Amino acid sequence: MAFGRSSSSGRAGHTGPSGGSDAPAPRRPGAAAIPTGGEVRRIHPVTLKILVAGGFGVGKTTMVGAVSEIRPLRTEEMLTEAGRPVDDVHGVERKTTTTVAMDFGRITLRGDLVLYLFGTPGQDRFWFLWDELAQGALGAVVLADTRRLADSFAAVDYFERRRIPFTVAVNHFDGADRYPAETVRDALDLDPGVPLVMCDARDRESVKEVLVTVVEHAMTLAAGPREHAPT
Amino acid sequence: MKETGQDPHAWYDGEAGPVVRPYAMTRGRTETDGQHRMDLIALVVPEPAAEDSGLDRSLSPEHLDIVERCVEAPQSIAELASGLDLPVGVIRVLVGDLVEDELVHVSRPVPPAELPDVNILREVINGLRAL
Repeated sequence: MAFGRSSSSGRAGHTGPSGGSDAPAPRRPGAAAIPTGGEVRRIHPVTLKILVAGGFGVGKTTMVGAVSEIRPLRTEEMLTEAGRPVDDVHGVERKTTTTVAMDFGRITLRGDLVLYLFGTPGQDRFWFLWDELAQGALGAVVLADTRRLADSFAAVDYFERRRIPFTVAVNHFDGADRYPAETVRDALDLDPGVPLVMCDARDRESVKEVLVTVVEHAMTLAAGPREHAPT
Repeated sequence: MKETGQDPHAWYDGEAGPVVRPYAMTRGRTETDGQHRMDLIALVVPEPAAEDSGLDRSLSPEHLDIVERCVEAPQSIAELASGLDLPVGVIRVLVGDLVEDELVHVSRPVPPAELPDVNILREVINGLRAL
């Protein structure tokens, strides 16, 4: 059983988001009420997203469904092979297209604060789609199954490299051996600061706790200077 | 998919798949002009003009569907794609048209490579706990 992740297994080409420290202060979209002709227009909600990553069949959709106020929705992106830009209609007909499905759910925390959860596509060849999903993400959950821990290596690597705050949540499957947190942590070669929690992806309370852990971790990172991952 | 030279009364069912290629709705366009790429969680918010009943006749049924849904409540790009069963790329182009026509505007979510501010994160935690 491949139970371990080499620290040097990261792929080249995925560099973290560059700089940004001297960018203008974050603007809260729609934070101010806009008076229009006497009436005050409704404040637009602030939308945030958390990604749920992990191997195929690890319970990503289940996790999204456990807390979402809507039945997990599915959105599709049609991709031309290799993601090549298509700019003329004649080319379109000859290119093969692939459809990638992403599951997502929604949690309205308050009238003006909405959290979306996105399950990442499981297949590795859709990495470039992860880039899009990861843009502006508040954080991520890497859902892991101890029977197939290697399936979560790619996601752990990705979020480390993109410096996206993530939490590893070990989904307890009935009948799976339970390992102490430290063993799993070692096997995933997690940095000491990365939270690792046990969860039941079917259970709403359990999933809520996982999400709280993700956001708390994001807060910790936002408060202090971001530690740079060793290269 | 052949659309020419067939009996106009041909019978199709769901198994046949979409009868119109999705990007035909965008007249082959895969990108909108000028704007930054709309995030999946960017909200499409109607402008006052969108509430007028006499909307531009040049709008396609899909454009009208989007306007209608957003007038009801602002919708994210992902929700529109899912609700209208269209690829995200198609929704982006159609919403881009509506922005150009000043029928909707698109809220910009937290800029990439920046975390939302700590107060918002705290509100998220409180909100999750209170669920």
